[in-house]
Amino acid sequence: MIPFEFEYIKPNTLEEAVTLYERLDSEGKEPVYISGGTEIITLGRLNVLYTGAVIDLKSIPECHVMTRENDRLVLGGCCPLTEVENANPFPLLTSASKEVADHTARTKITLGGNICANIFYREAVLPFLLAESTVTIMGPDGKKTLPINDLFDQTLQLNKGEFLVHITTDISSTKAPFFHMKRRKQWTTGYPLITVSGMKKDGDIRIAISGLCPFPFRSERIESCINDRFNSVEERVSSALQQLPGPILNDTEGSDQFRIFTLKNILSDLVKTLEGVDH
Amino acid sequence: MSIFQYVVLKINGEDRPVMIRSADTLLEVLRNELGLTGSKPGCLNGDCGACTVIVDGKPMKSCLMLGVEGTGKEITTIEGLQGTAIQQAFVEYFAFQCGYCTPGYIMNCQSLIENEPKATDEKISEWLKSNICRCTGYEEIETAIKSVLRESNSKDRPISRESEMD
Amino acid sequence: MTNIGKSVIRKEALDKVTGRAKYTADFPSGEMLHGKSVISHYGHGTIKSIDVMEAKKEPGVRAIITGKQYPLTGEEIRDRPPIAFEKIRFHGEVVALVVADTPAIAKRAASLINVVVDPLPVVNSPSEGVSKDAPLVHDNVAEYEREEGVHPVPKTNIANHTKIRKGDMASGWAKSEIVIEENFSFPPSDHIPMETRSATAEIRPDGKVLITTSSQAPFMVKELLSQYFDLEVGKIIVKTPLVGGGYGGKASVQQEILAYLGSLAVEGRTVRMINEREEDMITSPCHMGLDAKVKLGCTADGYLQATELTYLVDSGAYSDKAIHLSRACAVDCTGPYFIENIWCDSYAVYTNHPYPAPYRGFSHAEVHFVFERAMDILARKLNMDPLELRYKNAIKPGHTTPTQVKLNRSTVGDVPMCIEKVKQLSRWEEGQLIELNERTVRAKGLACVWKNSTIPPESSSGAIITFNEDGTMNLMSGVVEIGTATKTVLAQILAERFRMSVNDIYVKMTVDTQSTPEHWKTVASRGTLMGGRAVLAAAEDAIRQIKEVASCVMKVRTDDLEIGNRRVFLREDPKEGLDFRDVVYGYTFPEGNAIGGQIIGRGNYILRNITYLDPETGAGNPGPEWAVGAQVVEVEFDRRDYTYKIIKAISVLDVGRVLNYKGALGQVTGAMSMGLGFGGRESFVIDDKARVLNPQLRTYRPVHFGEHPEYIVEFIETPHIDSPFGARGVGEQGLLGMPAALGNSLSLAAGVELHHLPLLPESIWRKKEGLNT
Repeated sequence: MIPFEFEYIKPNTLEEAVTLYERLDSEGKEPVYISGGTEIITLGRLNVLYTGAVIDLKSIPECHVMTRENDRLVLGGCCPLTEVENANPFPLLTSASKEVADHTARTKITLGGNICANIFYREAVLPFLLAESTVTIMGPDGKKTLPINDLFDQTLQLNKGEFLVHITTDISSTKAPFFHMKRRKQWTTGYPLITVSGMKKDGDIRIAISGLCPFPFRSERIESCINDRFNSVEERVSSALQQLPGPILNDTEGSDQFRIFTLKNILSDLVKTLEGVDH
Repeated sequence: MSIFQYVVLKINGEDRPVMIRSADTLLEVLRNELGLTGSKPGCLNGDCGACTVIVDGKPMKSCLMLGVEGTGKEITTIEGLQGTAIQQAFVEYFAFQCGYCTPGYIMNCQSLIENEPKATDEKISEWLKSNICRCTGYEEIETAIKSVLRESNSKDRPISRESEMD
Repeated sequence: MTNIGKSVIRKEALDKVTGRAKYTADFPSGEMLHGKSVISHYGHGTIKSIDVMEAKKEPGVRAIITGKQYPLTGEEIRDRPPIAFEKIRFHGEVVALVVADTPAIAKRAASLINVVVDPLPVVNSPSEGVSKDAPLVHDNVAEYEREEGVHPVPKTNIANHTKIRKGDMASGWAKSEIVIEENFSFPPSDHIPMETRSATAEIRPDGKVLITTSSQAPFMVKELLSQYFDLEVGKIIVKTPLVGGGYGGKASVQQEILAYLGSLAVEGRTVRMINEREEDMITSPCHMGLDAKVKLGCTADGYLQATELTYLVDSGAYSDKAIHLSRACAVDCTGPYFIENIWCDSYAVYTNHPYPAPYRGFSHAEVHFVFERAMDILARKLNMDPLELRYKNAIKPGHTTPTQVKLNRSTVGDVPMCIEKVKQLSRWEEGQLIELNERTVRAKGLACVWKNSTIPPESSSGAIITFNEDGTMNLMSGVVEIGTATKTVLAQILAERFRMSVNDIYVKMTVDTQSTPEHWKTVASRGTLMGGRAVLAAAEDAIRQIKEVASCVMKVRTDDLEIGNRRVFLREDPKEGLDFRDVVYGYTFPEGNAIGGQIIGRGNYILRNITYLDPETGAGNPGPEWAVGAQVVEVEFDRRDYTYKIIKAISVLDVGRVLNYKGALGQVTGAMSMGLGFGGRESFVIDDKARVLNPQLRTYRPVHFGEHPEYIVEFIETPHIDSPFGARGVGEQGLLGMPAALGNSLSLAAGVELHHLPLLPESIWRKKEGLNT
């Protein structure tokens, strides 16, 4: 039961969505955009989120695309995760997506919703960080397209009134050799203890991590340690571990120490898996 | 635009006009406004699957969907599922005890059967771990779904009234 | 026409697979009002103020109740204000109650209530609770009103102390050539029934109190409400429809009290309370935590000589059922072994945690984790096969229990046979530890189990049988259908006695304390024994009446008559007889006069020879029988990552007699699953301010599909003479050894002794690395 009341509006165009946002904002409604909308329900119920107006983006065609244009893959922010998995245009994304929440929940959770989520794991962003995709954003200033690695810093850095329309990825990246591992506190259910995505591109290994810090990230410093082929795998992994951002999570899923221990093993598996692989 | 909306939801093949809060989840609309109490609240957080229904052919946790999001969609609840093979299999294989998770589990199984008639063990596991059953050890549910998938081309059979089996 | 042992399909099966089965919160709300609790976010503190001004302004709010001096509640010690008054003692405690027109308004208003609290130092474990200088959760427990047989220690956090003093410890230790001493512990956790608790209350103008509740103990709700609020007991009517899982958690009376107080505040209008999952986990009673110490000694050839045990039950902030839980820890304080010299101190210790309800197994899985882990550690020290150590010491007829009951075959079943059988099924001989590759090992762990139920001596069960015009029967029992299919098993028992088809018996699924005969509580695996005996007694009563009418009509002696297939007939010539349809509503002679009238069978059962425990030695007969068993868990463990999979879980249980095969199997595998969850993952994560950080199913995760192992279950049938067809309890036993067997397999696999639950990869890693746990 969501304890507060809100208006619900479902615009059909990008422009309409932005106009609505501005109007509702000026009326003090604290509007939010939703696509899957699961967090407004679950966090709203706990009074962690509040809004007086929900703008549902699902009817906007541009937000729901799943197409291949020339050598690029375009995925709309409102695509449910299971739809992306079934179409499987980007196998690393499929692997990452399949580990989010559970299958039924993923028929509702969308790509954009997961990437822009309040709950900080946002594991669907990892493959795009590695693929160096571009994101198309709609907002009061119109539509713009930017590299995801410029715009994503812990969260997708959206200005007021902006929302994610779609993400564009080079087909070559979707076909690159990859590695994905999600380790949980116990067995196969639940939030990550550590999730690591890896990709081999242009001869180098790329790495993005969720569950280590209260945000997902890709780190050049970690990658440069890992790609330092003059050292042994053990040495590369241990120097990468010196480059971790902070703070390291220490919570109900596990301690900071155990996360680092687990990360160490996963990184060495990642290197061993991707090292020998040629693109 | 208002905090209340008059919507028409297509549920179990019938149009159901209803006035709801925009903030009501589909689960709350089904239970409190339409009297369809087969869908169960277990966590209101998308974690347990007891409220699973089928929306446009896909399993959906009705606690994770707003009622207003249901307009224009085909919604099937446990009340709309009668005499199916999976229901019979749940009975035959003792795939429930307290019965509270059962409607949600059956809806997820039914959707799996419809979407993935050739589901592998891995696929079955991926789908069915969306629900929590606290009574069984899941083995009976596994037996039930596999028995139906084995006969995935068979017609729905009526539920047997026979109550004794060896 | 025997149906005993057959997998008779449960009577409510079709309702349950079609969504028609109704649970407490499924009944239409109509003119109801809705209650919502405001709960504490502190573990311990003094309430400075509660500001309800903003909440009161919400349109649709009918009442806001804050703590005042309501009568104190609690089952054996009256220590719990129904709504916190002056002091908060746990995270999740109810500090105010809002009653409003809709659930949304109630919740909105509840979120507007501002509670200002001065935090106090917390008691964060039972060990802390008994330490010198521990903060007192209650100023003086001894001043509270309490039941007979409760032994609190004044001005401490000890709410109850149970002693077991058997044999002569000095001589036991003198004979012990090998001795181990170990500490074990685990934090509180929860039952997680899929149906959260819900209750409605209405007070009628004539003072009648109508309660509908998802409870395992509707008759206790009636009794306790009457005692707590000084109500005439006959004016309280409690209804319980189907219950969506209980596992002990719904045997406590808590939410019903709030619904009653809510109704009281709105001129008796109906008030509905439905727990959200978070409240169900921390506000309503949970599963106990435990700190334990065990000292165990044996001869060089492995015969157990003495044990000294200390159990500190985490009683949480209020004692309620913890008193009884701590007593049960003492009663079966060891595994199912014969030990001549036993010294056990079991305490219920107040902490600033949510307080416990019974949990499937009633302290036994908890005690078994401690004792069965200790057995493995002792075996290792002896350099003896842990299975052999258990076999040598298995308790048998002629031996005495910790409470000095002398056992016979009926009361204890066959522990050695369970061990022999589990040895075969688990392929124990192939080795307990098998290396699969340089990282992965397979390891087996064993635990033996036993359980009696320490239920009050005066507990009783009743049954009523009525007939329909066609000679079919209706069965009414106070057993609540919580998922165990006990109501169906009772129908099987009745059908068996009447030699008729179980399809011709209709079972009343719901309980209504005004019209259903009482069954004490649907707990302790006692539904079949007590409810079953009551049904058999009711059957005898009805049969006697049927025969009396038939004997008059047929002009034969009643003892020449038999019954079967809905007929009463002459033993010598079965064709001579009457259909039930012509008897059960009276027999009408051709000329019109009638005899007999409606036949109603009534029966009851009360356990015999149960005694209170001697306060100094613990001697006494705690319950009717011990169901016993042996269990093995096999894991595949990754020695690099510390991750593991549970491959197999095996149970060999002496259940006396299987009454419904698939039903019994489901009880056992379901209990095993729950036990593996408790052992492997489930616990509250509690911070240093005694706040529970994971009261959600996302962060507190029961076993999910695909995480389950292969289950192997085999039943041994050594009859319990008193029970219908010899059946022993079967609802709990599957759980009892799972945490211990899991701990034993992982200790072996990881090469380090594990002492704490849950057995997470991280906790095994910490132990191995010598880090703090």
